This record gives sequence, C-alpha cells and structure tokens, in this order.
Amino acid sequence: MRFRSAGPSALLVEVDSLAQVRALHARIEQERARGWAPSLVDVIPAARTVLLDGVPDQPALAAQIRSWSVAPLPPGAARLVEVACHYDGPDLADVARQWGVAPGQVPAIHAALPHEVAFCGFAPGFPYIAGLDGGREVARRDRPRAAVPAGSVALGDEYTGIYPRASPGGWQIIGRTDAVMWDSARHPAALLEPGDLVRFVDVTAR
Amino acid sequence: MMPAMGERAIRVRRAGALTTIQDCGRPGYAHLGVPRSGALDAPAHHQANRLAGNPPAAPVLETTLTGVAVVAECDLTAAVTGAQAAVRVDGDAAPRGAALTLRAGQLLEVRPAKSGVRSYLAFSGGVDVPPVLGSASADLLSGLGPANVADGDVLPLGPPGGLDGHRGCALGELPAGGAPAGLVVYPGPRHDWLASPGLAALEDGPWTVSPDSNRVGLRLTGPPVRRRRGELASEGLVCGAIQALPDGGLVLFLADHPTTGGYPVIAVLDPACLPACAQARPGSRMTFRLAPGPENID
Repeated sequence: MRFRSAGPSALLVEVDSLAQVRALHARIEQERARGWAPSLVDVIPAARTVLLDGVPDQPALAAQIRSWSVAPLPPGAARLVEVACHYDGPDLADVARQWGVAPGQVPAIHAALPHEVAFCGFAPGFPYIAGLDGGREVARRDRPRAAVPAGSVALGDEYTGIYPRASPGGWQIIGRTDAVMWDSARHPAALLEPGDLVRFVDVTAR
Repeated sequence: MMPAMGERAIRVRRAGALTTIQDCGRPGYAHLGVPRSGALDAPAHHQANRLAGNPPAAPVLETTLTGVAVVAECDLTAAVTGAQAAVRVDGDAAPRGAALTLRAGQLLEVRPAKSGVRSYLAFSGGVDVPPVLGSASADLLSGLGPANVADGDVLPLGPPGGLDGHRGCALGELPAGGAPAGLVVYPGPRHDWLASPGLAALEDGPWTVSPDSNRVGLRLTGPPVRRRRGELASEGLVCGAIQALPDGGLVLFLADHPTTGGYPVIAVLDPACLPACAQARPGSRMTFRLAPGPENID
C-alpha cells in the first residue's frame, strides 16, 4: 500500500490489484459505519486506488490504515444483482473478432464471466464492471459514437459498462438492458454500486 | 411552476448566457459517479444569502459573464455578490453586496460582469426547487438538478427564514483585470508523471484561461507541460485537481468535475484559491506558486 497526498485535504491510497481495492474499500466503509474518520466526505474506489476526500491529517490517517490487516473479501460477501441483457449490439462482430470467436459465441462467453462492479464514474450510476481481465479485454472503438443509447451494455478494456443515459461513448456495444441504472428519485438511486457482483442473463431470444 | 397571485416567486426577464440554480452541491455520492457540483464561488454564495437573511447554504442564482434580469413577483429582500457588475433596480443604480428591498413588480438587473465571471443573486426564502440527492444545484456535467434558467421562467421562493439580513459587508475584491496571480498549489499525487523540469513548469507559466472553460473546469494553455508516456488507470479526483493532458495543456477541475479520470493529476489547488478560479475570465492569465507539500506519505 502506498499513500499519496492529493492536495491539503485528500489522501490517495494505491494498491496492486482490483481485489485489493475492493477489500480496502469494504474495510474503510466498515470502519466509517463505526464512526471512524468522521470528517471524510467522499471515498472513491477506482481501478488501483481509493481516494479519501476530507482528511485533515494525512499522515495520521495513513498510519491508521497501514496498521490494518486488510483481508481479502470472502466469496459470497457481496450482493449479487442480475442484469437481463439482449445481446444484439452493433459491435458484437468486432468483439468476436478481437476474441477470435464467432459472433454467436460472444453472449455465452460474456454471460459466463465473473463480473464485479469495480467502481462507478463517467456518469451517475455508470458502473465499471470488472471481469474481462484474463484474456477478454476489448480495445475501444477508434472513433467514439456521438450518441450511445441509454441501457447499452458495452465493453472497454477490462470492463463492461452500462450507460445510464444516452451519451457519447467509445466502448464496444454488445447489447442492451431494460434495467434502470439510475433514478434520482429511487433509493438507492444507482442499480449497481462498487463491490456488487453482477450476473448477465441472456434474454436475447425472449 | 406557475404560482398563484401573491405566492413568493421571481420571474426571469433575461436569463443571460448561462444562469443556473446553485447551493452547496451534493457531496458524498462521488463513489456513484455523482459530481459534487454547487456554487463555484462559495464565499460569494454564502455572502449573498447572509445579506438576504437566508441560511448560507440556501439556493441562489449563479450567472455567467452576461448577468441576468428578474422581476420580483412578491415583496422580497435580494442581494447580489460575486463578479463586479452594475446592479440596477427599475433602472436605477443599486449597490452590490447589500440587502436590497424589492416590491412586487420591481425589476432587478445584473449587468454584464466588468471583472470576474459569476454573480450570485440571493432572494429571501431561497430559490425553492425540488432537491435531487439533497441539493438544488444544476450539475452541467451529469445533468442532475434543475434545468438551466430560461427567459420567462417563474422560480418559486421558499418562506423567508426570519434571519436578519446583514445591512452590508465588504466584498472580496477581485484582482485588476481578473488575473489571479500566485495561486497556491500542492504537489501530487502524480507529479512523478512529469518529465523534466517537473513541477517547475507549472510555476513558470503564465497560464491562459481558454474560452472552453466552464463549471466542469478551466482549460489552461501555456508552455507545454511534458509528461511521461503511458497510461494511468482511472482514479478519483478532488475539486481543484490539475491534470496534465496529452496535448501539453492543463485542466483545473471545478465543482462539476467528473469523479474519476485517467490523466495524471500533477498538483491540487489550495481550496482557498477556488473562488479566484471561479471568477477567472476566458483570456485572463494566471500563475501558480507551489506550496511545500508532503510528497509521498510513507
């Protein structure tokens, strides 16, 4: 674990893997629920880091975190969310070519991968769902689309993303879901949060 | 949103280039990809509310360069702070930074800013729009919060809080020409991504505020900042983070900034300098001064 100062009141904690990010983030939220570091305003997990915003004494907080033994998350500790997906996206053939398979094989391969929300960003409720690492990484499109429809299920690098609303985007669209990823009036507003496990259910034929 | 006669409201006669409703934003949701948002010049926001007799966090109007004009639909107290701009009530000059008593039907105008960018207009009771995740702020990046203010809008006001408005107060003066000099920045977290001469390049400057700057951030052009090749995995961003872009330019993030980003953050602005950046006009020049900061905390 490495600690970097991010201005006078934020601390960036750097680790070596997404699994370590998830374990550290879970531990931080456990500690916060017990009243630890009440000045924290935002805790933002990402690919290899957790950013703590609202830290008046960075060395002291770093020392406390360093003193923890952060255990890997036990299997089954996270919430599982099923996302019904119509695998009929315009980039299925491109993804199939990158994977060296037939387009018809992409849905089964994607749905069978272990998916887990690494972090959210880009837009409210946009999940970066890890699961393509280990050989199924996907290069983004050379030219981003000006408009990607809401509900699009798309691949970029080691992640699957789901667009909460229409926006420009450069990821490879393999399908779509009717699930509402973000609803400000709903509680919680985001369908998927960091740490959630995701199972994509192929409903293309239905 | 058409209030009945006698209800508390303002009617927008001229919305200007960009006028939004802002309060203190929606902290605490960054892990879901929700920007902090909120008034860019927080001291001016608080000051306007104190003058109008509101709690400091009440929702106000934030203008951009060209001001705004509104008609009081009821008797109310208003106050204008922020950018240096002429204020008029029914065409007559009125003071900035003072409580203004308006009768129903009177026109309050904020003329284009002579110095600075953003004026703040507070009205007794505060602008009353349904909060989203606890905030009335319009977030231009994510689209959360109320729509931008448009000509003809009728904006309801809350009940006056009964706080005594301050009669007047000294407004923070803006530097001549709106050019903030010596803005304090802290090194890191990714200054090690800079090629020689490192952070000294940031102090060399000067940096010019590009016209495509907005509530998301200031784009700054100057001597190219050279960075190491390679890709950094996306990581969390704080307000005031300064990213080094692949084209050698910089972006300094303001309240509507994305919650994560993949370009290296080479320095972070002292939060006390954020209001000066909120008021930095396109084309103006700024310089940075490095604070002796803790580097890696190991």
